[in-house]
Amino acid sequence: MAALKIKKGATSHSAYNLRPNFSDVIEKHTLAVLVENEPGALARVIGLFSGRGYNIDSLTVAEVDHTGHLSRITIVTSGTPQVIEQIKAQVGRIVPVHEVHDLTVEGASVERELAMFKVAGKGEQRVEALRLADIFRANVVDSTLESFVFEITGAPEKIDAFAELMRPLGLVEVARTGVAALARGA
Amino acid sequence: MKRQMTGAKMIVQALIDQGVDTVFGYPGGAVLPIYDEVFQQNAIKHVLVRHEQGAVHAAEGYARSTGKPGVVLVTSGPGATNAVTGLTDALLDSIPLVVLTGQVPTFMIGSDAFQEADTVGITRPCTKHNWLVKETDNLGPVLHEAFHVATHGRPGPVLIDIPKDVQFATGHYESPKPSISRYQPQVKGDMEEITELVAAMETAKRPIFYTGGGVINSGPAASQLLRELVDATGFPITSTLMGLGAYPASGDKWLGMLGMHGLYEANMAMHDCDLMINIGARFDDRITGVIDSFSPKSTKAHIDIDPSSINKVIRIDIPIVGDVAHVLEDLLKVWKSRGRKTNSEAVAKWWQQIEEWRAKECLKFEQKGKIIKPQHALTRLEALTKGHDRYITTEVGQHQMWAAQYLGFEEPNRWMTSGGLGTMGYGFPASIGVQMAHPEALVINVAGEASWLMNMQEMGTAMQFGLPVKQFILNNERLGMVRQWQELLHGERYSQSWSEALPDFVKLAEAFGAKGIICSDPDDLDDAIMEMINHDGPVIFDCLVEKHENCFPMIPSGKAHNEMLLPGDHETQGVIDSKGSVLV
Repeated sequence: MAALKIKKGATSHSAYNLRPNFSDVIEKHTLAVLVENEPGALARVIGLFSGRGYNIDSLTVAEVDHTGHLSRITIVTSGTPQVIEQIKAQVGRIVPVHEVHDLTVEGASVERELAMFKVAGKGEQRVEALRLADIFRANVVDSTLESFVFEITGAPEKIDAFAELMRPLGLVEVARTGVAALARGA
Repeated sequence: MKRQMTGAKMIVQALIDQGVDTVFGYPGGAVLPIYDEVFQQNAIKHVLVRHEQGAVHAAEGYARSTGKPGVVLVTSGPGATNAVTGLTDALLDSIPLVVLTGQVPTFMIGSDAFQEADTVGITRPCTKHNWLVKETDNLGPVLHEAFHVATHGRPGPVLIDIPKDVQFATGHYESPKPSISRYQPQVKGDMEEITELVAAMETAKRPIFYTGGGVINSGPAASQLLRELVDATGFPITSTLMGLGAYPASGDKWLGMLGMHGLYEANMAMHDCDLMINIGARFDDRITGVIDSFSPKSTKAHIDIDPSSINKVIRIDIPIVGDVAHVLEDLLKVWKSRGRKTNSEAVAKWWQQIEEWRAKECLKFEQKGKIIKPQHALTRLEALTKGHDRYITTEVGQHQMWAAQYLGFEEPNRWMTSGGLGTMGYGFPASIGVQMAHPEALVINVAGEASWLMNMQEMGTAMQFGLPVKQFILNNERLGMVRQWQELLHGERYSQSWSEALPDFVKLAEAFGAKGIICSDPDDLDDAIMEMINHDGPVIFDCLVEKHENCFPMIPSGKAHNEMLLPGDHETQGVIDSKGSVLV
């Protein structure tokens, strides 16, 4: 269960965290949602976002505790502070949701994403792609004489940067997993 | 103790174990095994409705008038889809329901089988929670959990979808145990916040209680505590449509309903108050008027069991998450222990101001001539039924607002109306549910003719089960509220807002074997109402009223609480500007 422990932060049961901040600034927040691994659980969360007009920038989900039947959904969303608070409260009242954590405000956290890039090219372009991949610590997971598939893991910004560099070098296809995130510390 | 039984038997057994005495339903292929079990027992009464929407509204009426969850049993496919409006209605008004739907057998799910629908998919956004049970062994725990979820926290409708093979198969059943559910919403409020609210109450110059359906949902203790709090502090109180009856209409601190068609004094007091104490209401758009000008000078406290209600639309200064009864108990304790202080001098001045607003007599009307004014009809209904053990349901529209304005409610759970969803066709089946729960009571559905026709098939149900529900129809041969908005907003172009082919309601009643009464003369009204009350059986009362009466007072769309239209304001053209006109 140690892997499931999320640092308890501002989202206690106290109403103090309901003190509003009605700013108009759009903020990006990463939410970690622990939900019972049952049919339709993901649909409930996604349906809430579409039904109430919230944004999903990225979303990942997988079972993280087989015996406890828990899945972890990591959602990157954006909105005003008021909307972010609403999202957390709305997700929190979905019956099979156990915990909602806003990793963006509850202390430091680490975020990682995995992506695969297919880059096709010949000659100098091909060599350059390989050289850059090396700098970004991307691995080659498939290769033909005219293409590579790179695998890269990192913060989303790093993956964005890698994508920008690959584009002129023959980038043909990208697959990204979306963000997985954990709070730092024990 | 575990017992072996079929899924179908388990369902009936679980309902009995949960204390259910009445089920509203309609049979079909996918629930036949359950109906076979219903046939072989006497503990639960089954009310055969004439349409599944009626079953859900009837269960809502039952739930709202008793405080117990309403139970519905319908078949797969169209049975389930017909229940969707009722589920959405119950979700928006936080009414506890347990709805059981049949489903095609598990091995046929996904094959577009006869009467197959993705019921859990369709109802996911309109239930508090739902389940598809694929193993008979899971049926018992899910049924018990369903009752727990429907009735704990903010109440709401839940649905269990049960494939036919699960009903036939045998499995283990266990009686419900004292709650082992993980779902345990917070009921106690934070004491620091409660203390902060008490401190605000001690100094407030212009305080107001703004209460809602949450007080009713919290149970009779909440209404009792609210009365104690209001009477002890001497603060004025107003309520939403959903909360009528929590504080008695005859109480001297009562300002009447607030909101779009609320009373002038209630809305003005909301606008000018310096401390607003929201207890179990949710700042619905019918209440707030335009948000930017909503009660600009007040500190706002909000007591709600659902954290997502707090700060959803209005910025709150003192948020308290908890059940109304629990929080009010603590609030009273803290207030008393700190010496029962209020700023009584300032509050007395506040009351003087409120009395000035009251002097406007915003509900005043004049009954003259030979045409019955709808306000007059309701005033007479109120006068003649007041002493009775009375329950009122309504449909949706002008008549609903007039009923809220002109009828007085002294107790909670006596007033059943579709608030959040505004479902025309709600009131008649709801009255059936209420009458099932209270067989001896006088149950009246205040209706408009258009709404009433939406679920008129339930006359068959009322007749079959001998339910003496009174259908008090204010007949203006118009979709009155639509007509009113077309007058205010669309240059009096009355597009599709009247009916040219209304039935003869007396003959309609007689066709079902019921009693019909028609009344068009104000002089006959009292006798006709008495005839309705005294008739031992269902009555359709066709009250022909003024066709072009507008419902006032009114906060026009896009306006603030202090910009109300009053009955004397004849110049109604152009009161809603283009910004307001996009609002519903």
